[in-house]
Amino acid sequence: MSEFEPKIVAFVCNWCTYAGADLTGTSRIKYSSNVRIIRFPCTGRIDFMLLLKAFANGADGIIVSGCHPNDCHYTSGNFHARRRWILFRSLLDFLGIDVRRIHFAWVSAAEGAKWAEFVNSVNTEIKKLGPHHHYHDLVNTGIA
Amino acid sequence: MEELRKKARELLESSSVNVVIGYEEGGAGKVRPIFARQPGETNSLIYDSRCLQNLAVYLAKPEVKKFGKPAIVAPVTTLKALLQLAAENQVTFESLVIIGITPGGKPRFFSGWSEIEAFVSPFPDVEPADQEKLEKIAKMSLTERWQFWQDELSRCVKCYACRAACSLCYCSRCTVDMNQPQWIPVASHDLGNLEWHVMRAMHLAGRCINCGDCARACPLDIPLNLLTQKLLQDVYSHFNQRAGIGVKLENPLSTFKPDDKESFFG
Repeated sequence: MSEFEPKIVAFVCNWCTYAGADLTGTSRIKYSSNVRIIRFPCTGRIDFMLLLKAFANGADGIIVSGCHPNDCHYTSGNFHARRRWILFRSLLDFLGIDVRRIHFAWVSAAEGAKWAEFVNSVNTEIKKLGPHHHYHDLVNTGIA
Repeated sequence: MEELRKKARELLESSSVNVVIGYEEGGAGKVRPIFARQPGETNSLIYDSRCLQNLAVYLAKPEVKKFGKPAIVAPVTTLKALLQLAAENQVTFESLVIIGITPGGKPRFFSGWSEIEAFVSPFPDVEPADQEKLEKIAKMSLTERWQFWQDELSRCVKCYACRAACSLCYCSRCTVDMNQPQWIPVASHDLGNLEWHVMRAMHLAGRCINCGDCARACPLDIPLNLLTQKLLQDVYSHFNQRAGIGVKLENPLSTFKPDDKESFFG
């Protein structure tokens, strides 16, 4: 029985975290390869429903990462995103969805090492939590 | 009630308004809304403890807008809805006549928004009975909460009555009605139901004035107002913002402070 390899989807902003992840690569730092990175212009563009869509499409864990507050390329996108996540996370927890599966970070374009460390720690945590069965099961209920 | 009928009749007779939106007897002991356009129809206007529906929802409906300038019978929850709609630029004070109703049932007129703001300020955002239900859910474990909401939401038939009944759901084209792409599936299976209710709660975050009409309109008795009330509490505790208290736009997702605090960012 092979070890569970979680599927992790990362929603990142183009200017900071995506560039930071690029730096991780060019620095040849090895990190878990089961993360799928999706590039957005800004964390402010990340619709909260996209996270649920990621779970519905088989993700076991989610990462959301962007520019540090006050460093947003579009000035205030990450401030709006922060508010959105505070409320969304609380709502998901209220509905019984395990918010330990969703991880948020501020990773700048210079923080290549931090990105690797962060993804590795998220991967370890999601492995412990196991596959996101009860959400994945929802996809098939009611459809013959 | 006589005073209310008299005022409504005067408004129609003087052509100050084209329609009076109020409550009337609806049969089987229930009340229903009335859209009185002739002075004689105002004799049917009533107001008692059964009049819970928030009539502000009709102000955004095109079928009512075409009547012209309305007068609206407005108890406290409707006044809060009007303040929130004014903050979001959907009504102006001059575009309607507000027949406020005090908790004692008496008609009361206001000279401007600030008078209404002062009038509604003592009323709580979340009713004590709902507060208890929210606390009960908060005490459940994660799996218990999941099971509770799955049981409740599995009854949803996607009738969207909650959306139709909500005075803050006034988008002329709702995202769920568009099918390029079909963002939220329309079939009433568990996944689509969850996604719809999450989206609805988030779109009302900090905007819901807690009239309870969504839960009352639901034919399957799903306690929908608990979802929006939970977010109202979060908005207040995190951002110190409330809905329906003033005409200055304070929607939590449209505003921010550079030093908003959160505990979960890595």
